[in-house]
Amino acid sequence: MREELLMVIEKNSRIDLKELAVILGVEEIDIVNELADMEKEGIICGYHTLIDWDKTSIDKVTALIEVRVTPQRGHGFDTIAERIYKYPEVRAVYLISGGYDLLIILDGKNLREVSTFVSDKLSTQESVLSTATHFILKKYKDHGTIFDKKDVDERMVITP
Amino acid sequence: MRNPLSQQVIDIKPSGIRKFFDIVSEMKDAISLGVGEPDFDTPWHIRDEGIYSLEKGRTFYTSNAGLKELKIEICNYLSRRFQLEYDYNEEVIVTVGGSEAIDIGLRAMLEPGDEVLIPQPCYVSYEPCTILAGGKPVIIELKNENQFRLTPQEILDAVTEKTKVLILAFPNNPTGAIMERKDLEAIAKVIIEKDLFVISDEIYSELSYAEKHVSIANIPGMRERTIVINGFSKSFAMTGWRLGYACGPEPIITQMVKIHQFAIMCAPTTSQYAAVEALKNGDEDVQRMKEAYNQRRRYLIHVFKELNLECFEPFGAFYVFPCIKEFGMTSEEFATRFLEEEKVAVVPGTAFGDCGEGFLRISYAYSMEDLKLAIGRFADFVKRLRAE
Repeated sequence: MREELLMVIEKNSRIDLKELAVILGVEEIDIVNELADMEKEGIICGYHTLIDWDKTSIDKVTALIEVRVTPQRGHGFDTIAERIYKYPEVRAVYLISGGYDLLIILDGKNLREVSTFVSDKLSTQESVLSTATHFILKKYKDHGTIFDKKDVDERMVITP
Repeated sequence: MRNPLSQQVIDIKPSGIRKFFDIVSEMKDAISLGVGEPDFDTPWHIRDEGIYSLEKGRTFYTSNAGLKELKIEICNYLSRRFQLEYDYNEEVIVTVGGSEAIDIGLRAMLEPGDEVLIPQPCYVSYEPCTILAGGKPVIIELKNENQFRLTPQEILDAVTEKTKVLILAFPNNPTGAIMERKDLEAIAKVIIEKDLFVISDEIYSELSYAEKHVSIANIPGMRERTIVINGFSKSFAMTGWRLGYACGPEPIITQMVKIHQFAIMCAPTTSQYAAVEALKNGDEDVQRMKEAYNQRRRYLIHVFKELNLECFEPFGAFYVFPCIKEFGMTSEEFATRFLEEEKVAVVPGTAFGDCGEGFLRISYAYSMEDLKLAIGRFADFVKRLRAE
């Protein structure tokens, strides 16, 4: 039931517990316990909301930054990753295989704010060798959800 | 001028679905629980493969019985999923939907006057196809108290020396009933004893929520007297691609290929290429969709229980078949009033045979949001009727 539960709430974390119990065919109390367990175990790390900020009046730019770093003896990439992810404007940090080492997703109000972060805070880190910043121009799909998708049921209303 | 029409065709009753469809079509902004097809789009990798085959210019005919590659994949799939073993070369035919397989299967097997046992409520085409093939339909009325499963006694009560074929359609449209291994073993005994053949329409085989679907061809002694019909419409959400298949003993399949070759030539080529991809890489899609259906199924059963509405728990397909006899209306009256007062379309049980009287077919091939909205109105309607 754990996997099934996760699949449902990954798509809809606001679903009410009673309905969750019904569609999974279990008792509500089991859901409550399972959720609590998974929160404790760090399997469930948060309940977030997917927002298309472009449709709001808030200005926001998102950048993907590729970073090449020198790994540190005994710590690998962990220390530098930690120094970077502590900035609240950094939304995600991934260790990447291939041509560079860390991928950073950064939110800023505008281009300048992002470039300031890169030049002042990121590039100045001792172990950072180089960075390449890519700005996101348009989000088509995020977290498995297609933005601006019109869901029209074109099936005939009655079929055998 | 002479009458251009065949009396036999004129005498066939138009589908009860059609009649209700016309009523619903007149109604503006009605929402529906009346469809018999998945709400999912065909998974993208399958559609992409169809598009690719068009880009490559694969716009030719295939051999009559279907693409070799597809027939091989069908055999692999049936073996992997249902432990059915068929020879791709002689025991498989790819058809235009499961519907065509039903038609040509009956035409290949029936002599004039042969009787065909048709358990109802059932899909609308078995009876007319039997008549068109020169056979005589003999209806078996399945019972709510048996959860709409077929029992050996019901076969015995209907069998005569003219009976040749039994049509078996489980998981069932419209009831959602299934036949488990023990049920199949029980009827197999009678089928063998009476020397009958079976056309087993297993189009909903992937949508079985209790024990894994068992094909009757899997019961000892049944393979040689069974045509298994399946297809891509329900399991892979590919209704519009019109692709199905039949597997069975070589002598029957050979004759079915003959009819198919003259009537159809071959199933659509684009669909066949897409279907190869579906069978190779689509198992996960099938499970994902099945899980979604199962959640909605549990939800509907829960709502009916809370409403105290009589409904056996269906374990197959994507339909529930609640009983509405307590309201003292016919299925059609109920469905019509429900449509007029709440603007929701459901299909009266009688569209699937006379013994569907007193029942409704409610489809859950809808998103949870749509389902909640429509079922909310259903609950309101039921409460209002009870207060009358």
